Amino acid sequence: MKKYILLLLLLPILAVAQTPEERGLEIAIEADKRDLGFSDSSSQLVMVLKNARGDMSVRKMLSKTLEVEGDGDKGLTIFNEPADVKGTAFLSFTHIQEADDQWLYLPALKRVKRISSKNKSGPFMGSEFAFEDLSSREVEKYTYLYIKDEQVDGEDAFVMEIRPTYKYSGYTRSIVWMSKEKYQPIKVEYYDRKNALLKTMRAMGFKKFLGKYWRAGEMLMVNHQTKKETHLTFSNYQFKSGLTLRDFDKNSLKRSR
Amino acid sequence: MINDPSSEMKIKSRLKRSLLVWLFIAFMPLANAGDWSGHIATEYRWFVESALDAEQFNGGSTSFSAELEYFHSWNNGKDSVAFVPYVRWDERDAERTHADVRELIWQHISRDWELQLGIGKVYWGVAESQHLVDIINQTDLVENIDGEAKLGQPMINLSFIKDWGVFDLFILPGFRERTFPGQDGRSRSIPEVEEQAAYESGAENKHVDYAMRWSQTYGDWDVGLSHFYGTSREPRFIPSMGPSGLVLTPFYDIINQTGVDVQATLDEWLWKFEVIHRSGQGETFNALTTGFEYTFVGVNDSAVDFGVIVEHLYDNRGSDIPVAFDNDLFVGGRFAFNDADSSEILFGVISDLQSNARFYNLEASRRIGDALVLTVEARFLSGIAPSDPLASVQHDDVIQIELAHHF
Repeated sequence: MKKYILLLLLLPILAVAQTPEERGLEIAIEADKRDLGFSDSSSQLVMVLKNARGDMSVRKMLSKTLEVEGDGDKGLTIFNEPADVKGTAFLSFTHIQEADDQWLYLPALKRVKRISSKNKSGPFMGSEFAFEDLSSREVEKYTYLYIKDEQVDGEDAFVMEIRPTYKYSGYTRSIVWMSKEKYQPIKVEYYDRKNALLKTMRAMGFKKFLGKYWRAGEMLMVNHQTKKETHLTFSNYQFKSGLTLRDFDKNSLKRSR
Repeated sequence: MINDPSSEMKIKSRLKRSLLVWLFIAFMPLANAGDWSGHIATEYRWFVESALDAEQFNGGSTSFSAELEYFHSWNNGKDSVAFVPYVRWDERDAERTHADVRELIWQHISRDWELQLGIGKVYWGVAESQHLVDIINQTDLVENIDGEAKLGQPMINLSFIKDWGVFDLFILPGFRERTFPGQDGRSRSIPEVEEQAAYESGAENKHVDYAMRWSQTYGDWDVGLSHFYGTSREPRFIPSMGPSGLVLTPFYDIINQTGVDVQATLDEWLWKFEVIHRSGQGETFNALTTGFEYTFVGVNDSAVDFGVIVEHLYDNRGSDIPVAFDNDLFVGGRFAFNDADSSEILFGVISDLQSNARFYNLEASRRIGDALVLTVEARFLSGIAPSDPLASVQHDDVIQIELAHHF
């Protein structure tokens, strides 16, 4: 009994003794845990690209994700607009340890092309989102450093610095505001390879699905260096619709219309 | 003249074509009913030099093309039909004015197999400079001498999707003859290819061909092994006397062709290998394309990717069949600007390692607004010896510009 009380007395001290790295990792693990078990999801995406002059162009696509236990998720993105890329599809198998596997389907030639996953830092469809901003977040792919608690538009958040551990990232680090309620990033600042502020992302319009999974309704990515921005909206979210590995294989690319 | 059998053939084939055009128009009203997409394009080709043959046109030529795509799926996406009619009109080359059903195919998907029935298109292979392994569809050569345009192929295709890979079986009833530019046209052989083809098989273009392919991914490696038995898509040319002088008769042999294609994707390196072994078309031979594509991602911290492509093209056919790329090196580059307009530039040169022959190629494209795509292509030849298989096209350096409206 005495020992137990002693232990209880020690607990707050232990908590205080937690390093910022441990705290950051704890938050990341919690965020990952809360998102477990969604099986599969799909949503319609609309991207509006705006350059410094205010010219706009629109991209529409369908995105599907398959949860994979013990490895990174599988993703399939099917493009619908602009019309010249209709039917183009992008398949990716993310991995925790090794480089991701990626294939691109070119409908005019009916060609499935394995592509290098070194393009992580590259713009997604000419937008301000890079491939790595949109791919599945695996805990092991970053190191974490908890900084402080702070509000974003009245919403309580943990502020963390995360650094990618995978090869070919376009960022040295990013600062993430992780909502305490949703355990989803509501704001991210990205620092380029020269450690200069590159972009800021804001995620808004969150909804809870299946009573558990928070998903953003829109994201705004602003590039501070080029003054370009991309507004991304998500609609028609679906979970657990029974997608299987067969919906994420090379053959599935060819029927992605 | 009208009693001459070859003109009669031409008329028949024109009739067939206009029938296709009418079919095309007949389906147009459906446009409001389902999921239609496609593009219409205007193309202008300008031949820099005057033609070798006096019958060929000189200077520029305008052409219009349209491709529609109807797609409908039901049964939760497990069944679908696609219909893709295509038509081109060309100002100067009557043979380039043509229509084709690129696809008219029903697809059924099951847990570990898929069935495709109808007219379809299939692509095999990994290389960029030439496509040796790719054999299911006939080349629609009048479209573009790069050989990447294909005619629709009637097929029954059964696919098995297993842990040990994807196994495809093809039954290919009916053969499509390669299209060739007409008498007035450029980028053609001299003498010209006659309309009437000859076949090894008594069944001619009704010979049923078979093919199978196994493909699998092992980590960074994508591997394919295929075999084809049937009418060669690539003809031999037999010189013969036609009513208007010497012509070349396309002769389609029955061949066996085994193909292997491998790509290793190792970070920024793509290592590519394609080999074929073909028998039944004169002497048995092997041909291969082997090389790499190395990509510099984000050149100078920009969004631009630059890829260097090097491929060796080899074909050990002897002198009885002239081969353009018997021992050649392709060196090229690809700029992907990754901008909102999807701007891209692909350029390269194929150099004959035993002569001074060079084949230069440039393709550049970008989107304009949301619906238009502008493409510029240029192809130039230099150092062509009189004995070179490319000799008859040595004056056909061309610059072409296409504006396509997609919807």
